[in-house]
Amino acid sequence: MNDNLKNTHQARTLGIAFLVFATLMLILFLPGTTGNQRTTFAFDLDLSPALPIGSLTFSTQGGIFLLAVVAVFLGAWQLAKGFKRVYPILGLVVAMFVVAFLTWAARDRSMNMTGMLQSTLLRAVPITLAALCGVMCERCAVINIGIEGMMLSGAFVSALVGSLSRSVWIGLIAALLAGGVMGALLAVLAIRYKVNQIVAGTAINILATGLTSYFSSRYLQAIPDLNKPPTFRAIALPGLSRLPILGPVLFTTTVPVYLMLLLVIVIYVMLFYTRWGLRTRAVGEHPKAADTLGVNVFMTRYVNVILGGMVAGLGGAYLVLSSVARFDELMTAGRGFIGLAAMIFGKWNPIGAFGASLIFGFADSLQTNLAILRVPIPSQFLLMTPYLVTMIVLAGVVGRANPPAADGLPYEKQ
Amino acid sequence: MSKNNTTQKRRAGSRWRTLLTPVMAIVTALILGAVVIVVTDTSVYDAFQRGFGAGLGRAVQVIATAYSALFVGAFGDPVRLAQGLSLWITTGDGRAWAQALYPLSETLRYTTPLIFAGLAVALGFRGGLFNIGAEGQYFIAGLTTVYVGYSLTGLPWIIHVPLALLAGILGGAVWGLIPGYLKAKTGAHEVINTIMMNYIAFRFAEFMLDVGGPMARGDGRPVSPVIQESARLQQFLPSNPNIRFNVGFILALLAAAFVYWLLFKTTIGYEIRTVGQNPRAAKYAGMSVTRTIVLTMAISGGLAGLAASTDILGVLRFMPNAFASGYGFDAIALALLGNSHPFGVILASLLFGALQAGARNMQAMARVPLDLTEIVQGLIIIFIAAPAIIRSLYRLRAIKEGEELVVTSGWGQL
Amino acid sequence: MPPVLELKGITKRFPGVLANDHIDLTLEEGKVLTLLGENGAGKSTLMNILYGLYTPDEGEIFVRGQKTDIHGPGDAIALGIGMVHQHFMLVPVLSVTENVMLGMESIKNRLFLDREKAAKRIQAISEQYGLNVNPHALVGDLPVGIQQRVEIIKLLYREADILILDEPTAVLTPQEVRGLFEVIRSLLARGKSIIFISHKLKEVLEISDSIVVLRGGRVAGSAIPQESNERSLASLMVGRDVILTVQKETAQPKEPVLEVENLHVLGEGAALAIEGISFNVRAGEIVGVAGVQGNGQTELVESLTGLRPAHSGVVRLLGKDITHASPRTITEVGTAHVPEDRQRDGLVLSYPVADNLILNTYYLSPIAEGMVLQDRVIRERAEHLVAEYDVRTPSIMTPAGSLSGGNQQKVIVARELSRAGQFVVASQPTRGLDVGSIEYIHSQLISKRDEGAGVLVVSAELDEILSLADRIIVMFDGRIMDVVPIEKATREDLGLLMAGVHPDEHKANVAAIEEAV
Repeated sequence: MNDNLKNTHQARTLGIAFLVFATLMLILFLPGTTGNQRTTFAFDLDLSPALPIGSLTFSTQGGIFLLAVVAVFLGAWQLAKGFKRVYPILGLVVAMFVVAFLTWAARDRSMNMTGMLQSTLLRAVPITLAALCGVMCERCAVINIGIEGMMLSGAFVSALVGSLSRSVWIGLIAALLAGGVMGALLAVLAIRYKVNQIVAGTAINILATGLTSYFSSRYLQAIPDLNKPPTFRAIALPGLSRLPILGPVLFTTTVPVYLMLLLVIVIYVMLFYTRWGLRTRAVGEHPKAADTLGVNVFMTRYVNVILGGMVAGLGGAYLVLSSVARFDELMTAGRGFIGLAAMIFGKWNPIGAFGASLIFGFADSLQTNLAILRVPIPSQFLLMTPYLVTMIVLAGVVGRANPPAADGLPYEKQ
Repeated sequence: MSKNNTTQKRRAGSRWRTLLTPVMAIVTALILGAVVIVVTDTSVYDAFQRGFGAGLGRAVQVIATAYSALFVGAFGDPVRLAQGLSLWITTGDGRAWAQALYPLSETLRYTTPLIFAGLAVALGFRGGLFNIGAEGQYFIAGLTTVYVGYSLTGLPWIIHVPLALLAGILGGAVWGLIPGYLKAKTGAHEVINTIMMNYIAFRFAEFMLDVGGPMARGDGRPVSPVIQESARLQQFLPSNPNIRFNVGFILALLAAAFVYWLLFKTTIGYEIRTVGQNPRAAKYAGMSVTRTIVLTMAISGGLAGLAASTDILGVLRFMPNAFASGYGFDAIALALLGNSHPFGVILASLLFGALQAGARNMQAMARVPLDLTEIVQGLIIIFIAAPAIIRSLYRLRAIKEGEELVVTSGWGQL
Repeated sequence: MPPVLELKGITKRFPGVLANDHIDLTLEEGKVLTLLGENGAGKSTLMNILYGLYTPDEGEIFVRGQKTDIHGPGDAIALGIGMVHQHFMLVPVLSVTENVMLGMESIKNRLFLDREKAAKRIQAISEQYGLNVNPHALVGDLPVGIQQRVEIIKLLYREADILILDEPTAVLTPQEVRGLFEVIRSLLARGKSIIFISHKLKEVLEISDSIVVLRGGRVAGSAIPQESNERSLASLMVGRDVILTVQKETAQPKEPVLEVENLHVLGEGAALAIEGISFNVRAGEIVGVAGVQGNGQTELVESLTGLRPAHSGVVRLLGKDITHASPRTITEVGTAHVPEDRQRDGLVLSYPVADNLILNTYYLSPIAEGMVLQDRVIRERAEHLVAEYDVRTPSIMTPAGSLSGGNQQKVIVARELSRAGQFVVASQPTRGLDVGSIEYIHSQLISKRDEGAGVLVVSAELDEILSLADRIIVMFDGRIMDVVPIEKATREDLGLLMAGVHPDEHKANVAAIEEAV
């Protein structure tokens, strides 16, 4: 009986939240629309091997109204009876709110949903890789603030080596190595010298920024050919790429993206189903216990942090070799830190982190789309969205999230 | 009695030794910086091809050119200083002397905002908080200061200047308070939030100052209007406008004294330090941890804001867009170097101010990119944070560390 | 038959202290050897050497007659040595199976964990020794007594023959101790040999086959239970004659200082840690709260001192309602609090002693005038308190972290008891301290009582409660089982209450069984 005291309060808050979302939908998105406006969600992309399925056109007001009504219903149900697993419903309501927003933004226009999903995934790639790096490090209790620097190093090296070798693959491998080296630096500082991990991570960021900017000024700007790496071409997976919506989004893309998707699954399996993962998690929760059973705490941390660094390096390589095909100073633009927020939001679980990254990726991709659509907000405010979303998410989630118990504490072996 | 004497002697001896490690850290970082310069200079490689001696000679020449340009840029050419001084004494014409003093004045001009930013981060560290948001606080304070500076007319300077400074303090304080409040209430780590606020502030300033924005001057440049005469901070040599060194420096020194007094002589400082060292004991002692965290971040933000205020009121006299200061990360290095003590921060700021003034000259004279200083800074942080590296490099004996600085650890566990 | 384990001349130095000084030890097969000693005598160091967590500076280890070198827990495990630490080495978020197989995991398909195989083996061991542990439970959900059994299973899973148990009874009720002793006997019956570390004299006398007493890093003496008693063991431990009971006069309690009515307090999550307790503490008496840790005592102290919000109920201090008051208000009304975790809650280890002494009073005149701290007043106060409360410190500017446990506690006691308070809450006040400090702190609490204060002592050490308290409250599962005056208190009754059984009920059950037989 006592266990439910807090739960009913929380449940009621969520029910009210659903109703609030519904009300917001009506207040924000209905005014200014007229009855005969129609929104079109398109699903086909040109030049895509996917089977075409056409578009969905509907009344703007009707769509918004429908979504709001469903949200009201869900809210009422939550207050009256309560859903057993309420968080998925919360996700659903938030998603409906977003769809209502898009409906309004695309009034009298057409918006390509598949294109939006595609850009969401692509923008989520570096964030996911940053989050995965964070997961690998933090699962064995090493806080990695230096992901930004590791990604930047990977980006720079991939541009330089890619240009020199004229090979995407060599550029990619070089980026992995660069990330690994930075990871090794963090590992040595945090594990061997027991430096405060946040200070160490910040030092790596500063060092990486300085080194990449210096060498970029010295060489890449002086010799433009050194900053023209080849890029990965999109590869369509046979069969799967014919699927509508999923085909263009998930199965017709570049190698780094496939690698990312693979890594999400591989790291998940590694953490929870293999011996290495069990030892890693034990080291992160209670290193002394692992030590007393013969697990090498230091070696476990070294390997995980270096591998994590390589994953971050991959993130940097993606930014160059799959995206803009050049290195610009400070091009990571805070993605390392957003990745950390995604990791916390995803509760230090690779799949959760990927989901959270998609949300951030969506926020990021919104601002390019909204410039085209009819949203009367200046572009700079739109550019703020990923950062605002990060803060909101952190505020709501961290209180309830539990990092590995030994997070941030250097291990003292006597 | 005699026991006191030996303790005194031991303390004096160890005080020298406490200075030794930071000094060796700086020296080592400069040495490594020199290595970077040499390794990236093609003329050195050409010289080595001619012969080992020639190569070595060229290397030394390159380093000498670079670092002497650094020195002259920071402190001035000794020859011209002497000439100018004698000229002034003999003829009373001080202009040559003033010209020769230009580099030193530049050093002090850069030192001023660094002191403020370093104090901000140092205060944060003392309170157990990692304020990486100095950059964002700087932007917002810049906006508020410059607004008060140019929009209020008809005020005597004795009112206008303090008012503009106050506006800067408030702007920075509010911007710092928000992540502080989020940390206190939700446990969201201030590292991520302050970095997010940096990006948001940057975009907001961009919005305000971009051509056509609300605070733009209107002449097609993305800058704010010039501040009124009455809002200017007095420069030390108004006759020579190149000498940008101004009263702001005095304000910075006063601020350092204030922070010292606050931290070590007042009840508020006692609360800040206790929350920083042991929040649980602070709670048990009856202190309001929430209030202290918010207060610490607010004061910290206000100090960072003063960096912007003095820059605008004393040097620039307006606010440009893309006001990339880089103070945020510098400030961290300063706080670490100064061991989070106000007087240490002053010394560290002088060093970094010299580096910044000198780096510009080094870039002009020796064509070494500015970013070298960032590399040196990153290395300094690493060596300061892991003194064991310096100690093992130079075979120094370890001293009994008195107070180990508690920075932060973990994600929102208080 | 050579002894199963022999230590010869083991010596270990740490900076500034000789932890083990040429220690000799012999363990016979199938027997229990107890290592007895005060906190800091070197018992844990010696065992950590045996288990490979430290390397000895001198000395040799012989296992079954063979000289061996143990460089790490892996070596120890290979030799059949296993250790159950005082503070459990269990990962709460992992299951029993995962905790047990960590380090020697069962593998299938060369890559993946085979949890089922390990679980089956754990189940078998559990049944064989009567341990009753569910392999699939999350360790964090298990009660402490069962967690201890998981630790034992860890050793048996690795086929340990020599088991080291470090202070295993610290967290158990008297009845659970009985259960543990039965497990020990069943282990001995199967040929295991056990080293038992403790400082609890009664238990040592009951379970041991032989006893070795450590003092100051050396072997102070050895003994056989049949030829010893508590007094003789205690004086071997401390090196002088020890008065085992505290001298005090009978209490003269007056009006209540603290009144608690129907208090409910939430614990972690949404569960109630305290369900409707009512009691009072009167001026001039010591009320002891007995009970195994984890039954709400910590939450009780936290709610009385304002560190945890009360869910419902009333708490009155000197007549004032402090149910929802802040820690500062409660202190100002007149409470002194000696916290359970002195290093975490009671001190700022990096602060000098002087700064720690003003932790609760830093904002009051004359220590501060307005906002400004008065350094001279602070220093004078500190010198005075350090002298009066016998705090051994090189100077008042020494960081508190450099002091020994006993002196750290004295700093806290000096700070708290020197205030003119009428209510004292002391939680586990002598945990981990040497006998001298324990005696001192007990005498301070009693003199505070004699000055007219009401004192509430919470302790998991039944002996401490029995020697200090005038009235005893036993807590179990967040409720008060009973309030027993000291004259009527017996160990057996208190033990039953601590386990949640009312003595009358128990007697009735026993009588019923005897009748049926």
